[in-house]
Amino acid sequence: MIKRTLGKAGLILALGAMAACASTPEEANTASDYETVAPTTTARTEPVGPEPGTLEDFQQSAGDRVFFGYNQYNLTNEAQGTLSRQAAWLKEFPEVRLRLVGNADERGTREYNLALGARRANAAKSYLVGLGIDPSRITTISYGKERPIDPRSTPDAWAKNRNATTMLVSVGS
Amino acid sequence: MRTARRLRRSRLDPGVTMRRFLAGLLAGACAFAFTANASAQVEIDITRGRTDPLPIAVPSYVASGDTAELSTQITEVIEADLERSGLFAPIDERAFVEQISSINVRPRFADWRVIGARVLVTGEVEPLGDGRVQLNTRLWDVAGNQQLGSVAYKTPRENWRRAAHKVADFIYSNLTGEEGYFDTRIVFVSESGNKLDRTKRLMIMDQDGANPQALTDGLNYDVLTPRFSPSNQQITYLALFDNQPAQVYLFNIETGEQEALGTYRGMTFAPRFSPDGQSVLFSVEQNGNSDVAIMDLRTRRLRTLTDNPAIDTSPTMSPDGRQIAFASDRGGSQQIYVMDADGTNQRRITFGEGTYGTPVWSPRGDLIAFTRQYKSRFYIGVVRTDGTGERLLTESYLDEGPTWSPNGRVLMFHREERPGGPVGLYSVDLTGQNLRPVPTPGEASDPAWSPPLN
Repeated sequence: MIKRTLGKAGLILALGAMAACASTPEEANTASDYETVAPTTTARTEPVGPEPGTLEDFQQSAGDRVFFGYNQYNLTNEAQGTLSRQAAWLKEFPEVRLRLVGNADERGTREYNLALGARRANAAKSYLVGLGIDPSRITTISYGKERPIDPRSTPDAWAKNRNATTMLVSVGS
Repeated sequence: MRTARRLRRSRLDPGVTMRRFLAGLLAGACAFAFTANASAQVEIDITRGRTDPLPIAVPSYVASGDTAELSTQITEVIEADLERSGLFAPIDERAFVEQISSINVRPRFADWRVIGARVLVTGEVEPLGDGRVQLNTRLWDVAGNQQLGSVAYKTPRENWRRAAHKVADFIYSNLTGEEGYFDTRIVFVSESGNKLDRTKRLMIMDQDGANPQALTDGLNYDVLTPRFSPSNQQITYLALFDNQPAQVYLFNIETGEQEALGTYRGMTFAPRFSPDGQSVLFSVEQNGNSDVAIMDLRTRRLRTLTDNPAIDTSPTMSPDGRQIAFASDRGGSQQIYVMDADGTNQRRITFGEGTYGTPVWSPRGDLIAFTRQYKSRFYIGVVRTDGTGERLLTESYLDEGPTWSPNGRVLMFHREERPGGPVGLYSVDLTGQNLRPVPTPGEASDPAWSPPLN
């Protein structure tokens, strides 16, 4: 068990290193590094890959975040691609329920950003539902600007913090 | 620009002043006036931008019995209140010529004129047999050689700070014609931890930063945007959970009881009491869309007031209860709108560049304070309720969330001066002058001013 966990961690590190090598410095701070980390679906069938149906598997197969423009909640092509992969994965694991968390950058008031985060989470949810995911599997939450993933006050950090993050809340046995 | 402070004969009817004294007397549990004979003879006009604070001398209160230390502390609190208001310039005691040894002897006015004092405060702290003390205060017009007023408060010793604030309120009120705001409290969000792992707890303190006290532990949820009830026993705030949508809560300060205001599938947020304290206005989010609603606290019935695909949030009711201002991005950028209290007649009142949020109706009814964001800066400003006369009072990397002093003369808000810097509370006059940091234990945001304490 310990060995398997180590093996998994080793693979994630390796993939991360590959992604870092493949990325230009500019790309490293954008959404694209989340995409480049994701292996093809065949990776999931490899014995050394993340256990199918786990969060690690989800993160690598589909990507767990989509990003938005400033004060925007429309889904970019890239975001739609990520959500399509999420939908495909979710169809494979119908017992998994998810929480979609909407986040905003620090360039706005608390109250407006809470509302904006709710819009973003729901935009992502609607897209998944449109691809056939049962809405009863999905709850949405907004954290507004209160839970940044990048603590810096830079345009790069703000771009990362404007996101909808998919969290798996229960994974079937 | 001419100086706005001016000394003049009061136009106040002494009868009005007397009524005000009596009203204060009835409201205060431990207060009584031992004389209520004077109307204000020296008056500060604080409706204009001013330049010079009024020189005032506050010699240490005369102690009797075992009140020496207490007298010094009380004097310091009174003097600090007056100084922080920006309207008064206390004179260094080392300049004093006359030493006050009794407040029942007329001061030697020439001795106070010579050091530039316009107003003199004399007082004494008298121990009472029952463990309480009595604060006796006299206010003197140095140029006019006369007493302006006097007041006395009896208080348990441990409540000496509140009694001192009441004296400062008496002085402020006597000299400005406005209600004081020193005997008030602030609720706010205490922030700790780095930006990736921040804890936000509800705290309460006196308006001068004394007696800070945590009201929540920050373990299961964060607290955001607390607001005082006008009835003073309750706070409404937003509880931000990790695993369920954020929700508006009520918190009883006296009992510590908390309860969610209803249960909803979506988020409820941006709460604020109606001026009568009988209702709470907030935003209700459904499927990503936020509208403004009002809940009657007795019936718990919720009435939705806006129905718009845009973000409608941050509702605030006018003091007469007839209108509600809110922020909406229905026109593209977020701006301030006003509607009738039943949700009809919605109209936009701000049209400036950038965005406007967090409108807060002044307790006087004539102005709405707001947070404005333009390019990469944030501002606190005020605008008349018809959208005219916009004035920006402050600017920094992040200035957000104004709250009014109960007399409508001072705004408090939170500021992050530079990107990534600490966040703290500040106050500023309605004139845009007298910007001051407000002391808090650690980082702080989202201040909300209490109504006057009883």
